[in-house]
Formats: sequence, C-alpha cells, structure tokens
Amino acid sequence: MNNAKERLVNGIVKENPTFVLMLGMCPTLAVTTSAVNGLGMGLTTTVVLALSNVFISLLRGIIPDKVRIPAFIVIIASFVTVVELLLQGYIPFLYDALGIYIPLIVVNCIILGRAEAYAYKNPVLPSLFDGIGMGLGFSAALTCIGAVRELLGAGEIFGIHVMPESYVPVSIFIMAPGAFFVLALLTAIQNKVKISGERKGKDMSRIQSGCGNDCMNCSDAGCAHRIYDDKTEKRADGDAKKQIAEAKDAEIKTGDSKNTEVTNGEEQTKEEKKNG
Amino acid sequence: MVKELLVILISSSLVNNVVLSQFLGLCPFLGVSKKTETATGMGVAVIFVITLASAVAGLIYQFILVPLDITYLQTIVFILVIAALVQFVEMFLKKFIPSLYQSLGVYLPLITTNCAVLGVALTNVQKNYGIGTGIVNGFATAVGFTVSIVILAGIREKLTYNDIPESFQGMPIVLVTAGLMAIAFCGFSGLL
Repeated sequence: MNNAKERLVNGIVKENPTFVLMLGMCPTLAVTTSAVNGLGMGLTTTVVLALSNVFISLLRGIIPDKVRIPAFIVIIASFVTVVELLLQGYIPFLYDALGIYIPLIVVNCIILGRAEAYAYKNPVLPSLFDGIGMGLGFSAALTCIGAVRELLGAGEIFGIHVMPESYVPVSIFIMAPGAFFVLALLTAIQNKVKISGERKGKDMSRIQSGCGNDCMNCSDAGCAHRIYDDKTEKRADGDAKKQIAEAKDAEIKTGDSKNTEVTNGEEQTKEEKKNG
Repeated sequence: MVKELLVILISSSLVNNVVLSQFLGLCPFLGVSKKTETATGMGVAVIFVITLASAVAGLIYQFILVPLDITYLQTIVFILVIAALVQFVEMFLKKFIPSLYQSLGVYLPLITTNCAVLGVALTNVQKNYGIGTGIVNGFATAVGFTVSIVILAGIREKLTYNDIPESFQGMPIVLVTAGLMAIAFCGFSGLL
C-alpha cells in the first residue's frame, strides 16, 4: 500500500500534470470557465486515465512494441466512448457544458504520456494508482484554475456568489482571452520558481514546460516519441543553431547582452538535453 | 446555399477561430511559431490535411457508420482514420510529389497529434454537416489556424528583440500575445 500512496502523492503534487509537467493544455484552457466544469473535466479524465492505465498494464505482455501507440489509442478511445455515453445518460448538464472536449480526451497528452511512460512498463496495481493520482492532480489543477477564472470573471465560486456587491466582474476572464492570460501567469510563476530554485542549486529538471512549449524539443514520453524522427531532429537542431546565431547578431546590434545570454543558455541546455 | 457556405467560411475561420476561441491545436500553434516561414509551412500542411481528413471522415461517417448503425464508434474510427491518413499522405507525397514532400514533409508527423483535425471531424458530425459542407468547414477552420499561427510568428520574431522580464521570457509572453490576439479576434463576432 506504501507504493500506492507514493504514486498518488507523485501524481497530485510532485509531478502534477498541469502545474509541473504542463501537459494537456487544450482542455485546461477550454473548459475552465467555471470551477464545476473544471472539476467535471478533471474527474472524467481521471476515470479514463485509470481505466486505460489498468488495461494497458494488463496487456503489456501482448501488445507488440512496434504497434503500441495505435494500440494505446484504440484502448483510450474505447474508454472515452464509454465515459461519453455514461455522461450523456446520467449527467447531461456536464455533457452539454463540456461538449466536444469529451471525445477530445483521446488526444490528451497526459493519457498517452502515462501509458507510454508508466503503465506499459509496470504492474497493474501501481498503474491504477498512478492513473488515479495523475487524474486527481489534473482535476485539482483544473478546479483551481476554474475557480480563479470564475471568481474574477463572474464573482462566484461553484455558482455561489462570494464577491461583495460592489465588485464589477471582469468578464474577460471567463471568455477565451482570459484563459490565455491565466495560463501565461501560471507559466510565469512556474518559470520564477524554476529560476530561483536553480539559483539555489536545487535540481529543477522535473519542472518541464511540456509539449505546449515546443513539440519538437519536448522531452516528455508520449508526445515526443511519436513525432520524433530523424528529419525533425535535424531540423530542430538547425533551428536552434540558427537562433543562437541570430541571438548573437542581436547582441551585437542592440548591445543588450543580458537578454541574449539567457536565451543562449536556454538553447544550449535544450541541445544538451537532446544529445543526452 | 452559397450564402450558407459563406457564413460557415467566415465563422469557422475568423469568428470561432480554432486556436484562439476553441483552443484546439495549441501544441503546434505555440511550438512551431518561432519563424514566419516555418509557421506558413505548418499552416499549409494543416490546410491540406484537415481538408482531406474532413472529406474522408465525412465519407466514412455517411457511407459506413450510418448505414451500419454504429455511429457511437465515431471517436475510435475517426482517430484511427486520421492517423492512418496522415501516414498515407506522407508516403504518397514522398513517392509521387517529392517537391511538395520537401516543403511539407517535416510537418506531417506533427499534425497527427493535432487535436484540431479530430475536432473538425467531430464538429462536422455534431452540427450535421453534409460531406460538401463538412469539407468547406474543415478548409475554413484550417485557414483560421494558418492566419493565427502566421500572425503569432510575425509578432514573436519582433519579440526576440525586446527586453522582457525574466519570469515572462519564453512561453508566458507568447501566451500573453496569444491572449491579446484572442481579444482582437473577438471583434470579428460582429461580422455575423
């Protein structure tokens, strides 16, 4: 049971898919217009994640290595369909609110990422708890983001009015642009934590910028392995080198050395990561 | 009929922009938008694949899933068809149109993971679009994606030369930019 607890804590805190790994950003932005929607999406994903982890773990001896990604996708898509039909039957208001984003759980990076990184290599029970932990971490994150957006955008949390009467809701926060701003602040805070941690000499490599940052340089399992082939690698390499050259040009032009030093450093670490 | 198609064309490409108001295809939108050239290449590849995928998905839905009464399998069927289609397009271009493959080939593997493709196929079914209307909708959605990714890439090229606060360097400033673009695109809702 210790192992199970470790997996749960790992998913909710240490490797929180939204706040730490930055995976699955499409649904995070789209459905967090209110805390209820965020929680609903989170729990739906949790169910799919736990079930698909269990099944992939059960079948890990049978699925051939070469066709594992299509096999994972079929398993995940089946569970998504099951969950979609259940929601339609029993929780219709959530089904209407989440709409097209329920079938799109299939292409959520988190699920395929966990299948590839954990469930395919580990026994059933830890995989189940890994799925539940990751799912709960995702739900917690979506509920938080949803609550903040709902609070600022409508003055409510879970539909209950909490702000004083004089508060004028900033309705842009529950509209599409607000999602981008909230995520921008979130990534800025993440950057801040990472930078200050690195200054103190702590290992911050666990904090990733996820696939949202750069598909081709994404080092997380799942997304990266599917899209990585020699061509893109070479191309990305070339791009990085070009950018370094450009950054140097810019340095000469503007004399703004501080800024370029940072970008140079970033590019170098990216390259090191790729080579390593 | 023509008027209806025109409305779909405008609403899918500008008013309900696939990235800025529906948040589909965020990965390539943020990942491949460092340069206008690569962004344009990605955009053209997306137009090509989404138009083709909405045609194929529409045909399969109308002539296989509906007659056999298995429309509940749409998610599974669509994702497999799209993945296979992208692979097939890649092989076809490599063999028969190498020049096009040279320019689009790198982006094709990235598109398989693009949720916009699946999103368009599912939207077409949800809104009961026929095959022709579905193709127009797919094309318009992809054009919307291309417009927004090229604009973002243009802004990002300029952003390189600015002095941005340390915590906001990299992704956060790009997201702020995308947010401002989303506000601008909200203005298009007056068009319809």
